Amino acid sequence: MRRVAVRTFAAALLSIPLLAATAAPAHADASELRLPGGPTSTDDPRPVSIDATIYTPASTPSPAVILAHGFGGSKADLDERAAALADRGFVVLAYSARGFGLSTGQISMNSPDFEVADARAAIDYLSTRDDVVQDAAGDPRVGIAGGSYGGALALLTAGYDSRVDAVAADITWNDLETSLFGQSEVTSEPVLGVFKELWTGNFFGAGVVNRDGSVTECGRFTPQWCRAYTDAAADGVVTPESSALMRASSPSSITARITAPSLLSGGQADSLFPLAQLNANAEQIMAAQPDTPVKVVWHGGGHDGGVNEQERLDTLAADWFATYLSGDSASTTAFEVTQTSGSISTQNSGAAPVVLQAPGYPGIHGSSQQDVPLAGATQRVLAPAGGLPAAITSVPGLGGALGSALLRPVPGQAASFESAPLPEALTVIGASTVEVVVSKASGGPPVDAALFASLRIVSSSGRETLPQGIVAPIRLVGLGSTPRTVAVELPAVVANAAAGDRLRLVVSTTDFAYRMPLPPQLYDIALGDGILAVPLVATVPLTTGAAPYWWLVGAAGIVLLLVAVMIRLRPRHPEDAVAELGDADPLVISSLSKRYGDGYLAVDDLSFAVPRGTVLGLLGPNGAGKTTTMRMVMGLIMPTAGTIVAFGQPVHAGAPVLARVGSLVEGAGFLPHLTGRQNLDLYWRAAGRTGDESFLDEVLEIADLGSAIDKRVRSYSQGMRQRLGIAQAMLGKPDLLMLDEPTNGLDPPQIKEMRDVLHRYVESGRTVIISSHMLSEVEQTCTDVVVMHRGRLVGAGRVTDLLRDSAGKRLEDVFLEIVGDDLTVGLT
Amino acid sequence: MTIDSGTTTSYRAKATLPLRVEFVRQLRRRRTLVAYLLVVALPVMVSLAVKFGSNANSGRRLGGGTPDLVGLATSGAANFTVTMFFFAAGFLLLVIVALFCGDTVASEASWSSLRYLLAAPVPRRRLLKQKLIVGLALSLGAIATLPLASFAIGLVAFGSGPLQSPLGASYSLGEALWRIAAIGAFIFVSLLFAAGVAFLMSVLTDAPLGAVGAAVVLVIISNILNAIEALGSLREWLPTHYSQAWLDLLAPDVDWTNMARGASYSIVACAVCVAYAVYRFDRKDVVS
Repeated sequence: MRRVAVRTFAAALLSIPLLAATAAPAHADASELRLPGGPTSTDDPRPVSIDATIYTPASTPSPAVILAHGFGGSKADLDERAAALADRGFVVLAYSARGFGLSTGQISMNSPDFEVADARAAIDYLSTRDDVVQDAAGDPRVGIAGGSYGGALALLTAGYDSRVDAVAADITWNDLETSLFGQSEVTSEPVLGVFKELWTGNFFGAGVVNRDGSVTECGRFTPQWCRAYTDAAADGVVTPESSALMRASSPSSITARITAPSLLSGGQADSLFPLAQLNANAEQIMAAQPDTPVKVVWHGGGHDGGVNEQERLDTLAADWFATYLSGDSASTTAFEVTQTSGSISTQNSGAAPVVLQAPGYPGIHGSSQQDVPLAGATQRVLAPAGGLPAAITSVPGLGGALGSALLRPVPGQAASFESAPLPEALTVIGASTVEVVVSKASGGPPVDAALFASLRIVSSSGRETLPQGIVAPIRLVGLGSTPRTVAVELPAVVANAAAGDRLRLVVSTTDFAYRMPLPPQLYDIALGDGILAVPLVATVPLTTGAAPYWWLVGAAGIVLLLVAVMIRLRPRHPEDAVAELGDADPLVISSLSKRYGDGYLAVDDLSFAVPRGTVLGLLGPNGAGKTTTMRMVMGLIMPTAGTIVAFGQPVHAGAPVLARVGSLVEGAGFLPHLTGRQNLDLYWRAAGRTGDESFLDEVLEIADLGSAIDKRVRSYSQGMRQRLGIAQAMLGKPDLLMLDEPTNGLDPPQIKEMRDVLHRYVESGRTVIISSHMLSEVEQTCTDVVVMHRGRLVGAGRVTDLLRDSAGKRLEDVFLEIVGDDLTVGLT
Repeated sequence: MTIDSGTTTSYRAKATLPLRVEFVRQLRRRRTLVAYLLVVALPVMVSLAVKFGSNANSGRRLGGGTPDLVGLATSGAANFTVTMFFFAAGFLLLVIVALFCGDTVASEASWSSLRYLLAAPVPRRRLLKQKLIVGLALSLGAIATLPLASFAIGLVAFGSGPLQSPLGASYSLGEALWRIAAIGAFIFVSLLFAAGVAFLMSVLTDAPLGAVGAAVVLVIISNILNAIEALGSLREWLPTHYSQAWLDLLAPDVDWTNMARGASYSIVACAVCVAYAVYRFDRKDVVS
C-alpha cells in the first residue's frame, strides 16, 4: 500500500514539467513583413517602413486585430498576446510604432498625421488580405488594442478611421496635458497643473538614444516634440504650440467621434495616467455616442505596478473582440473593478485582489455619495526651499512595492483632517471630493503653490494606509494671504474601510515625483465645509459560478443520494427464523463451500451437524479449511455456497445469533495499551449485552492471570494472551464455544485444567467445538470429531465409535488412516 | 433485536460498541495523547520563539505596505490564534485528522481484535459508524483545542488586542470569536476529505500507518497539483483547492463562495469515500 502511494507521488512530481510544457501557447503561424506607413514627416511624404508580424489562425477568413505596444517597447513585446489572440481565431497584426524597434521614422507621440496614419495604412493592408473578413471593399473587420502609448493610438485610430470595429485601450491618457501636468482642483477655469517631471523625464528618456546607439539632444523624437519637452522640463513653460501638439495627440480631441465598441481599462496604481483619464475617455464617448457599447475596467495594475492582472485583461480584450468582431455572445457587465485587498491570499496570507462588478458604469464619483464629516483645526505647513525633503508616494518608473513608512508625509509639511471612527464598513470606489481653504502665511507677493492631497484610511490600531499610493496634485496660481476655497477631487481609489476605521485627509506641500516651486513658503490649510463626499458603488463580486448556498445544497443532495444508494446496497439476508431453542442443533453446516478471490477452494461442500452437549473436535492437517470454516461460523467470511445455521437461525455477518457463540480463532486479539481486565470489561460492554455482568469474575478465574490481569496486554506472554482469549470467548457463557488450538502456549497443568473447564462447560447443556493438532488431547477432551482434508469432510463420528472400530489404535493412527498418504508435514 | 441467550443476559444490536466504550478504547492510547499534546505544543513553541527570538516583533511589513497574517500574529490573542490556524491547518491538523480516522479500523485489524468485535457481533455498518463518529469527534476535539490553547497562550503572551486583518480591518473581541469559531469549523469541514480517504484506506488495509500515510500523501499530491499554474481552472475541482478559503473570514464583508465550494467538495469527497468504505466492508472477508 505505502509503496503504491509513494510511486503515485513520484509520478505526480515527474509530471509537473510535462504539464508546464504542454500549457505553453501553441504558436500560431507567424510571418514577418514590412509595411509602408504614413508620411515620414511634414516635409517628406515618403512612407516610413513599419516592421510588422502577422499571425494567422488555424481557420480563415477571420476578423483581424491590430496590436500596438507601449512607449519604449516594440512588436516583440506583443508576441505572446498576439499568438493567444490568433489562437482565439483572429488574424493579428503586431507592429513596432515609428521610431521604435526596427520601424523607421521619428516619434511623434501618436500624432494624427503620423502614427495614426501608420495605423490606417495597416488597416489598408488588412483590407488586401483574403484571410481577413471584409465588411466592404477596402474595409476589413478589424479591432485595435494597446496599452499606454498603444492604447492612445487605438483610441485615436478609432476616432480617425471609421473602419475600426472594436477598441481595447488600457492605462492610457485622455488628455496628455492634464496627464503630465496634474490638476485636481475642480473649477470651471482650470489652470495648468503640477508638472510630473519624473514621469515626463522617463518618457522622454526612453526615446533619446538613436537607432545607431549615438545620443543626440532630441534622439528619435521629432523636433516639435523635442522642443515642447525642453520648454517644459528646462523652463517649466507650456507654449501654445506645445499645447496644440499635445491636444492633437490626445483622444479627448476625437472621443466624440468614436462609435466602435470600446473596452476601456485603467489601473488604480497609476500616478501617470490616473483613473480620472480613463473616466474622461469613457464619459466623453458615452456622452457623444450613447449607442456605442463601452465597458470600463478599473484593474489593480497601472504604471506604478500594483497588482498584475495582465492575464485577465488579455482575456477581457479577447472576449471583447469575440463579441464585437466575431459576434459571439455579449458580455453582461459594464463595469468591473478590482479590490486589490479584497481577500487574503492563500499563498502568503497577505492581501489578494477580488474583482467586483456593476451592471452600469457609475462614473468616477460613484453611483451615490456618502458624506463623512471631517474635523481638524487650521494647520500651518511649510513648503521647503527647493521642494526637499519631499514625501515619496510613488517612484515613477520603478513600480510600486514601497514600504508603508515611506508613505508618511514629512513632518511640518502636511495638514491632516480626520473623521470620527466609521460606524460601519465602507468601500470607497472612485474619487472623493472635499473643500479645503488655503492661504499663504509667509507674507510677500502672491505665489504659485503646489499641494498634494490624499485620502488615507487609519485603522483602530493606528495603522495608516494610502490606497495605491496615489496623491492628487493641486496647483494654485497667484495664492496670497486671502484664504482661497479650493474644491479638490481626491484620487480615484478602491479601498475598504472597516467599521471603527477613520478616514484621514492629508494635504502636503511636497511630492517626490512632481516639480515643486523652489522658494520656501508657509501656508495655512483649513477645511472648507468639512464634508468629505465619498463615492459608493453597489457592486457584487464577479463570480461566474452559482451562489454559495447552491454548492452546499448540491453537496447535501449528493450525500443524500449516496445514503439512499448505500441503504439499497445493504447486504440482504433471509429472514432470521424464530428461535426454537429446545430442538435446534447448536450448529448445522450444509453444503458449505468457500472459494477465495484468488480461486483457492478452501472449503468444499462441507456438511455436518453438532448436537447439543458435545465437545466436537475439528481435525485436519494445515490447509484443511478448519479455520476458514470457523471464520464462516463467526460471520467473518462469506460462504460461496451452502448455509450455516446456528440454533435454528442462519448465520451471516452480524447475525444476532452470533451473540450465542463465543470464539477464539487464530490467537487472541486485544488492545495492547489496555490491561487484561480493561480489555475484557470493554469487550463485554461492546458486545451489546444487557443483564447479569457477574461473568467477568467467573472468566477471570478461568484466565488465572493473577495480578497480571491489571497489567497492559502488551507485556503478556503468548500463554497469558491465550488464556485471556479463552476467557473472552467464554464471557457471557455462550451456548456454543468455538476454540481454535486452545492449548497453544499452555503448560501441561493448564491443559489439564482447561480440559476440566470444558467438560464442566458442556455439562450444563452447552456445546464446544475445538480444533487442535494435538490428537491425544482431542482424544481425551472430545466426544465427537469431524475430520477435514483439503476442504472436504473425510470423516466424522463419536470418538468412542472411531476407537472401537479400530481396536487398540489411538486417534492419531485413525486420523492418519482417514487422511491417507496425502498427509504432508502439516501435522504437528 | 433481542435474543434470549438462555442466560440472564440478552443481546441488542443497537447497544453494541457504544460511543462511550469506543471513546475509552481510543482515549487511552498514547497516540491520542501525543496528538493533543502536539496541538498544544505548537502555540507554546511559537509564542516562545516570538517572545524570546532574536527578531521579536519585527513582523513582515516589507512589500505591500500592510503586514500579512503572520506579521500580525503578535498583536493579540485573537491574531495569534488565527496565525496558529494558518500554521497548523496545512499539515499538523491534516496528519492528526488522518491519524484519528485512518488508524481506527486498521489498528483493530492489526491487533486481531476486529474479528472478535465483529463476532460479538457488532454489525459491520454499526462498527464503521461508531468508529467514524469517534474518529471525527477526536479530530474535532483536536481542532478545537488548537484555538483554545492558542487563545489562552496568546492572552498571556500578547494581550487581548482586537483581531486585525491583513486587509486593514480590526474586529472587536465578540466579532473575533465568531470568526475564529467559523474558521475552526471550516478547517474541520475542509479536512473531511482527508478523513474520508483515511477512513477508506483504514478499511481496505490492515496497516494503520499505511492508511494514515496514504491520506496525507493524497492531500499533498492534491496540493502539489493545485500549485501547478499550468493546470488553470482545472484546479478548482481539486478537493483541497479551497482548503485555505477560511482566510475570507478575515475580510470585513465575508464572501462565502469559496468556502461553500471548498466545504461542498470536501463533504462530497468524504461521503464518497465513506460510502465506498461501507460497501467494501459489507462484503469483506475478514481474514486479519
